[in-house]
Amino acid sequence: MDAVERESMEFDVLIVGAGPSGLSAACKIMQLANSDDREISVCVVEKGSEVGAHVLSGAVFDPVALTELFPDWKNQDAPIRTQVKVDLVYFLQDSETAIRIPEFAYPKTMRNEGNYVVSMGNVCRWLGEKAEALGVEVFPGFTAADIIIENDIVKGVITGDMGVGQDGTLKDSYVPGMELRAKQTIFAEGCRGHLGKRLISEFDLSKGKSPQHYGLGFKEIWDVPPEQHQEGLVVHTAGWPLSRFDTQNTGGSYLYHAENGQVVVGLIVDLNYSNPYLSPFDEFQKLKKHPVIAKTLMGGKRVAYGARAIAKGGLNSLPKMTFPGGMIVGCNAGTLNFAKIKGNHTAMKSGMLAAETIYESIVNKNNTSADLISFNDKFASSWIHEELYQSRNFGSAIHKFGPIFGGLYNTIDQNLFNGKLPFRLKDDIEDYKHLKSVSSSQKINYEKHDGVVSFDKLSSVFLSNTNHEEDQPIHLKLTDITVPISVNLKQWDEPAQRYCPAGVYEIVESGNDKTFQINAQNCIHCKTCDIKDPSQNITWVVPEGTGGPNYPNM
Amino acid sequence: MKILVIAEHNNNALKSDTYKTVSAASQIGSDIHLLVAGYNCETVIDEATKITEVATVLKADEACYEYQLAENIADLVFNLGAKYTHILAPATTTGKNFMPRVAALLDVAQISDITEIINGNVFKRPIYAGNAIATVESEDPIKVITVRSSAFDVASRDGNAATVQLELICDSQSSSFVNEELTKSERPELPAADIVVSGGRGMQNGDNFKLLESLADKLGAAVGASRAAVDAGFVPNDMQVGQTGKIVAPNLYIAVGISGAIQHLAGMKDSKTIVAINKDEDAPIFQVADYGLVADLFDAVPELESKL
Amino acid sequence: MKVIVPVKRVIDYNVKARIKKDQSGIDLSNVKMSMNPFCEIAVEEAVRLKESGIASEVLVVSIGDKSCQEQIRTALALGADRGIQIETDNDLDSLQIAKILKVIVDEEKPKLVILGKQAIDSDNNQTGQMLGALTKMPQGTFASNVDANENQVLVTREIDGGLQTVSLTLPAIITTDLRLNEPRYAKLPDIMKAKRKPITVRNAEELGIDLSSKVKTILVEEPPTREGGVKVEDIEMLIQKLREEAKVI
Repeated sequence: MDAVERESMEFDVLIVGAGPSGLSAACKIMQLANSDDREISVCVVEKGSEVGAHVLSGAVFDPVALTELFPDWKNQDAPIRTQVKVDLVYFLQDSETAIRIPEFAYPKTMRNEGNYVVSMGNVCRWLGEKAEALGVEVFPGFTAADIIIENDIVKGVITGDMGVGQDGTLKDSYVPGMELRAKQTIFAEGCRGHLGKRLISEFDLSKGKSPQHYGLGFKEIWDVPPEQHQEGLVVHTAGWPLSRFDTQNTGGSYLYHAENGQVVVGLIVDLNYSNPYLSPFDEFQKLKKHPVIAKTLMGGKRVAYGARAIAKGGLNSLPKMTFPGGMIVGCNAGTLNFAKIKGNHTAMKSGMLAAETIYESIVNKNNTSADLISFNDKFASSWIHEELYQSRNFGSAIHKFGPIFGGLYNTIDQNLFNGKLPFRLKDDIEDYKHLKSVSSSQKINYEKHDGVVSFDKLSSVFLSNTNHEEDQPIHLKLTDITVPISVNLKQWDEPAQRYCPAGVYEIVESGNDKTFQINAQNCIHCKTCDIKDPSQNITWVVPEGTGGPNYPNM
Repeated sequence: MKILVIAEHNNNALKSDTYKTVSAASQIGSDIHLLVAGYNCETVIDEATKITEVATVLKADEACYEYQLAENIADLVFNLGAKYTHILAPATTTGKNFMPRVAALLDVAQISDITEIINGNVFKRPIYAGNAIATVESEDPIKVITVRSSAFDVASRDGNAATVQLELICDSQSSSFVNEELTKSERPELPAADIVVSGGRGMQNGDNFKLLESLADKLGAAVGASRAAVDAGFVPNDMQVGQTGKIVAPNLYIAVGISGAIQHLAGMKDSKTIVAINKDEDAPIFQVADYGLVADLFDAVPELESKL
Repeated sequence: MKVIVPVKRVIDYNVKARIKKDQSGIDLSNVKMSMNPFCEIAVEEAVRLKESGIASEVLVVSIGDKSCQEQIRTALALGADRGIQIETDNDLDSLQIAKILKVIVDEEKPKLVILGKQAIDSDNNQTGQMLGALTKMPQGTFASNVDANENQVLVTREIDGGLQTVSLTLPAIITTDLRLNEPRYAKLPDIMKAKRKPITVRNAEELGIDLSSKVKTILVEEPPTREGGVKVEDIEMLIQKLREEAKVI
C-alpha cells in the first residue's frame, strides 16, 4: 500500500454511486432502520459534481420498484409525470423507408402501458433528496478510487486524491483521499464500474457465466416545434443504419416524446460490432436523418448530448453479486432487462434487495462483513429474477440470428411462451473479440454533418457540459503505451478514434510520425474504451472528483 | 438628455476607450459633457476639447484625482451627477471601479458593459460570459452606464469644446495610492490584447510557435493557442483560448492552423475581425472568419510577417 | 477582526447557459448550481486570514431562496464559521443586494468585507463597490494580493495593463480577482461538520429596504451568430483587406 497518511471514517453501510440502484439501496436501509428506531449510518459517494450529473438513461421508466420503495411517490412531487400513451415500433429498411411493425409482431416486452417517459437524472436528483431527508450522507464530487481489501474482505474504499498534477506532483491544493470504511460496501457504479470490474475479477464473481455484453447508448435532448410533439409517444426502431439482415453490427434506436415540448432521441449500438471502421457516433448522427426521426426533429433545437455504455448480457452474464464485505448491484453487475430495454427498475430492485439483506445482517448481529449470500435467495424469489429469466436469451438471439430472425425468435418466445422457450442461447465471446481486422473489413464513408439534425463530435461534447481539472493525471491508463500505434493502428485502424463518443482518442499525424493522443478532458465517462479496445489495453479509472459531464435532465 | 462622460486617461493622453464611450453617448443625445479628473493633466484637457461630439469639458485637476481612486472620483461624479440624465464611463478596470459607487450614491442601478443602445432607456449587454445578450430597460431618473468600448466606434476629433474649471475637492483619505507596476510588455497579455495570434494543432509542435511569436511581436499582439494545441502539449495551459481557458475579444484575431472546434470558437467569436489561415478549406474556422486564407501556414505566416 | 463574505449561487461554470424558449431568461431547471467562482476565492481569502490569525471570525451571507443555503454550507465546509441566509424570491439588482448587505454590515461591524468581483451569471461587477459607497468604506477591487493588519490593508489590484497597490484604512471592502488564490477542496469530514454550523435565516422583507428594481430585463437572446466572410487569394490581399477594409492594422 502507499505511504500516504489518510484520514479514516467509519459507517455502517457505504455505497459507491448515486444512481438508481445506489440511492434505492440507501433509502431502503434508512427506511428499515427508521421504522425500527435504529441508528444506522449510510454514506453515498458520487463522482459527479452533483447527484444526477452522470446519470444518462433513455428513459421509459417502469415504476414497479419505485412503488415498492415509495408507495406514495405520486403525491411527493416525483419528476415522473409523462405516461406512455402510444408505442410505435419500426423496422428501418434503408435511409428513406420504414415498416411499422404491428403490435402482435413485436415482443410484448416492448409495450409500455403503465410506464413513464422520464429523465432518470432528475429521478435520481429526487431520490437523492429523499435519501438525505431519511438521514443518508450523500457526497457528490467524491470518487471511490480504490478498494480497501483486508484478508480477502472488502472493508470500504479510498476516495480519490485531489490536487495531483498531470505529472504526479502534488499541487498546493493537494488533499489526499481518505479511507471510508463500512461493514458492507455496495458498489453501484453503473455499467462497467472501474471498481466493479476489479471486484468481479478479484473474487471471480463471473465464474461459470457468459461474459458480459454491452451496448453504447447515445442520447440527445431536443426542443421541437409544438406541432411535432406528442407527449407520451414512444418510438423504437431496429435495422438501418445498422445491420438489417446479418449479425455483425446491430443495434436499435429510440425516440421518446417527453414533457416541456422536448423529445429524447438515441441509438444503442451493440458493442460486439465487427467492422473496425464503424463509428457509433456517426451511425447515430445518420439515424437522425431518417424520415421517421427527422420529421420530429426538423425545426427543433438540440439542447443536450451524452452517451453511456450499458450492460445487457442479462441473466446469462450476471455475476455473483455478493462477496465478503460487500455487494455489486444494478448495471455494475448487469441487472438490465434487455427485452424491455430497461434497467432502472431492476437496478433499483437489486439495490433494495441488497439493502434488506444488509439490514437483516446488522439487526441479527451476524458477522456483518461476511459474504451475505442470503441475498441470492431474495433475488431468486423476487420478480427481478422472473423478469431476467424470461428475457435471458433476448440479446443473444439478436447476436446470433440478426435483427429480423432474432427479433422473430424473441417475439415468439416472449409473446407465445412468456420467455420460457427451453433454450439457453449463450453468447460466450467477449464483445471486443468480434472486431475484424481492417484487411477483412469494408471502410465506411460517413456523410458530412448537416448542422441541422446531425452534428460533429466536438460540438456534441460541448453540449454535455463536460470538464475535468486540466492539470491532473490522465485517467485513461494504457497498459502498454506502444500498443495503439504498433498494434491497434495496423490491425484495426485504431478504432478508439471512432468508438469513443467524445473524441478523447485521436491519431495525430505530424509528417510521417503518428502519435496516439488522449484528450482526457473530453471524457464523458461512458466506459466504451475500457470495454471495446481490441487489445484490452485501456483501463478507465476515476479522474478527480466532480470531473466529467454535467448532464441536466438526462 | 444631458450626458456626462467620464474620461479615461493617464494624465498625459486620453485612452481610446474615452473616444468610443463618447461615441456611444452621442447615440443617446448631443449635450455631452466630458469630465477629465486628474492631476497635471493639461494635455489631456486640450485633447478632450477636440472631440467633435463633446460640448463642454469639465476639468478637475487636483492631486486627489491623480490616480483616479474610486472613492474620490465617485464622490466628485456624485456631486455633479444630479444634473444629468446619463452618466457614462468606459467598462475598463477604472470605470468598473468607481461607477458602481456613483450609482449607489445616486441611489440608482448601474447598467454594466453595454454593447448596444436601443434608446435612452433601453440597452443591450452581454451576460453569462457573452453566451446570452440581455436587453434591459431602466426606469431610473439617472442612468449610470459602463460601456464596452470595443462595441463602439472611435469619435472623431475636429471639435472645439469649452472648458469649465471645477473647484470641487473630494478626498476621502480612507484610501491611498501606494504604487503601480505597469507591464512594460514584450508582449501584451491575452485578455487585454488588441491583436491576438493563435495557433492550433496545425502548428505540429511547440517549437513552431516561434513563428507566431515573431509575427505577434511585429503586430504588438499576444499569442494564444487552441485547446487541441494545449492538449497536445505544444504550449502551456495559460495560453489556451476557449471554453475553459480565456475568452478574448480583440480587434484582430488571427487563427493559424486551428480547425475551429466549438470550444475555441466560444472563446474568440466576439473578436472584431477574425482571420483564419488553414490548409483545410473545410475547417469550421472559415465559417466564422472574416478573411480566410487557404494555405500552408509554414509558408503563409513568415510571408505575412515579412510583408507587414 | 470579523470578516464578512457575501456569496452568490449561480449556474456552475462548466454548464453552458441555455436560453429559455420564451426568451425571458436562462433555463436553470435541473442545472448544476454552484458558488460563484469569484465568491469561492473570497471565502478562501477570508479563511486564510483566519488561519493566519488576522481574522477571528468568518461570516458568510447569501441572498436568495432556501437553495442558496447549499452555497453557505459549502463556505462553512471550506472554513467559514457561521452563515446568514437572507430569504427572498425576488430577483434583485446589485443595488438592493448592497443595501441588504449594508444592514448586515451595520449590525455585525466587520473590519473587512470580501466579495467576488462579479458573478458569472449577471456579469455586473457592482455589488462590492456599491456596498463601499453605502457604508462609506474604501475599496480595493479586483484584488490579486491582500496584506492586512489590524488597522489597514494593502490591496494589489489587477488593472488594465498591470498592477496597482492601494492602502485602505479599515473597515474596508475587497473584491477578488482570479489570481488572488486557488480555493481549497472541501474535505469530507468538514462537509459533515458544516452541517452542524449555524445558519440564521432572515426575511429580506423585514429589513426595511425597498426591494423593487428599476431595471427590467425585457429579452434574453442568443448572441448573433457570426457569418463567415470571404476567402482571400494571398497574403497581399489579406494585408490590404486588414488595412483598408477592416482597419485593424
